[in-house]
Amino acid sequence: MKVFNPTDEIVIRPNQSWLHIDWRGIVQYKDLVMLMVRRDFIARYRQTILGPAWFIINPVLTSMMFTLVFSRVLGVATAGVPPILFYLSGMLAWSYFSNLLNTSSTALLHNAALFGKVYFPRLIVPLTMSISSCIAFAIQLCTFLAVLIFYAVTHRVAVSTPHVLLAIACQPLIVLQTALLALGVGLCLASITAKYRDFQHLTGFVVQLWMYASPVIFPFSRIQQKFPGFAWIAALNPMAAIIENVRALFFDSPAMPLPYLALSIGISASVFVFGVLIYQRTARTFIDTV
Amino acid sequence: MSHPTISIRNVSKKYRLGHIGMTTLRDELQRRWARWRRNQTALGESAAAAGGASEFWALRDISFDVHQGEVVGLIGRNGAGKSTLLKILSRITEPTLGEIRIRGRVASLLEVGTGFHPELSGRENIFLNGAVLGMSRAEIRRKFDEIVEFSEIGKFIDTPVKRYSSGMYVRLAFAVAAHLEPEILIVDEVLAVGDVAFQRKCLGKVKEISTGEHRTVLFVSHNMNAVENICTHGVLLRHGEMVREGRDVRDIVRQYIADHPHQNTSPFWQNDSNAFENDWFRIDRFYLTDSNGEVISHPVANDSSVTVVIEGEVLKPDSNLQIGYGLFTDEMDLLYWSTNLDQPEASWVELQRGACRLTSKIPARLINEGEYRVGLFLSLYRRRWFCEPGVKSPMLSFEIRGGLSDSPCLVTRRPGYLSPVFEWQIRSGVELLA
Repeated sequence: MKVFNPTDEIVIRPNQSWLHIDWRGIVQYKDLVMLMVRRDFIARYRQTILGPAWFIINPVLTSMMFTLVFSRVLGVATAGVPPILFYLSGMLAWSYFSNLLNTSSTALLHNAALFGKVYFPRLIVPLTMSISSCIAFAIQLCTFLAVLIFYAVTHRVAVSTPHVLLAIACQPLIVLQTALLALGVGLCLASITAKYRDFQHLTGFVVQLWMYASPVIFPFSRIQQKFPGFAWIAALNPMAAIIENVRALFFDSPAMPLPYLALSIGISASVFVFGVLIYQRTARTFIDTV
Repeated sequence: MSHPTISIRNVSKKYRLGHIGMTTLRDELQRRWARWRRNQTALGESAAAAGGASEFWALRDISFDVHQGEVVGLIGRNGAGKSTLLKILSRITEPTLGEIRIRGRVASLLEVGTGFHPELSGRENIFLNGAVLGMSRAEIRRKFDEIVEFSEIGKFIDTPVKRYSSGMYVRLAFAVAAHLEPEILIVDEVLAVGDVAFQRKCLGKVKEISTGEHRTVLFVSHNMNAVENICTHGVLLRHGEMVREGRDVRDIVRQYIADHPHQNTSPFWQNDSNAFENDWFRIDRFYLTDSNGEVISHPVANDSSVTVVIEGEVLKPDSNLQIGYGLFTDEMDLLYWSTNLDQPEASWVELQRGACRLTSKIPARLINEGEYRVGLFLSLYRRRWFCEPGVKSPMLSFEIRGGLSDSPCLVTRRPGYLSPVFEWQIRSGVELLA
């Protein structure tokens, strides 16, 4: 018979502190995370002809549309970067963010049937989602690099190889910060939607508006030029610094001022902590109110 | 055994009735606003109390211990709190008060197919489902062949699950659950699908696990026979409170049965409240008569028959309309079911639209002395239960006393539920030698 390790004892108690997170459980269920990531990936592209190619088609078509509308028709400046590269780079972090925000905001409601039947650490679900979105990010990054190389070879943009390698090496940090922010906001929304369905309708809308508030289709420097006194308001949006950083890493466009960068990281981290705690708290008894 | 496997201390669970179900933000704001205004104008406490959400205690102060290898039967009527307790034990929700300590992994046998994804193949789903239930990938890989063999899926293992027949789906799901090796297994038979073979498989598995592997089982069932047979420990719940707990399972089951409302203990039942309403058959009366056709009022002797009479109206004729009764002992152990469709199909009598009356005899010289109950059986064969005997069905009762046999050797009650008098062929010794 197996010798019982007393630390394996499970204690069930009401109103455990907000900080109570089942870390050991998450480690035990690490295989579940990988299997769920696999499931998300496979299930998404079963019975499609192009399969994962949609990860490429989507941002490329969007960037082409942006180029047409914002660059050609409206004449929005792109800080000296070729428009298609400008939009592709802007969309890198942005799509990861909007993907993760959208999926994680349904973490509780869409899994109600599962959560109502079996226990596993509830944080497994958002963890899975953030990894799933990484796959899309990686493919999108490759797409961007391919276009970048094409532009470099045809001498339409000046790129130095070590510079680009450094930029690629920094991407995990970018993803990490974006994930913190998206999960923080998404899990807050997930917790609120568990009780009030109103916010279900709000999420899509918020993501859309947020994109226009972030420098996806315009450079942040433009805000600094036009409204020098109010740039700090735009910098309160942590996505501004993230997107600008991606561009600054790949091109010679001006980087985000350091205080703004610190602000962005600080906000992302605190939103993340808040989101995780409120999600943990809600998930514990959420099944009673479904 | 110094440490119990499960130790439950003063566990209570409160639900707020007004809050269950979907709320919209507007409702909540309205409620808050109303409450706030009431406080402002100090309208008095009675109004506030009336407007507040009512509370409901699903469990109240439950405490008991379970040791390793015990099979605990949770007994109680619907709404007694059994499922709530299981939900708390499996950490799906939290108690409002109290504490539970569990040593070991908890898994539920009947949550089959949780986390199955229709687009994935059988193979992928085995891994996913196993992981959801708490197995590691290495553990699943080790048992994979066994699971596939048990499920009888064979060559379809790489086909997406959405193309499986429902039988294959359930078999695969059950195979994964059956190969879990939790220290504590929860079996909620109330949730089981109506497939008899499947239920038998579950019961078999429970027995195997508890006797052979010394694991702890929590068993919920309305089948008292199964509880008595399998469980070593009983917990009786009533309206969220623990009435009794201990190793004397037989006595606890007896008490549970005594708790049953005795509203239908007469030999006559009339449908006054339009119960069991359905499109096919309206049941009007259900009663027992003696051999003279009169409603029985006295104990019946073993050598005379009892007639079960079912009267009602056929609203929509259907060859699968199955009407009959189940005969139970006073401890609600089922003896048998008997219905109008038990004969070969050629001799079925078609039920015409309109009033009808079905009668059937419980033959003389069949059941032993004692008290018995008769439960109404109404269903569309294999499609739908209108009234399952013993499950909220109207119950008639009667007593058999005396008239056992003319034999001087059978004057007192013998053990057993049946007391038939059969013929014996006897040959003498000389013939056998030939």
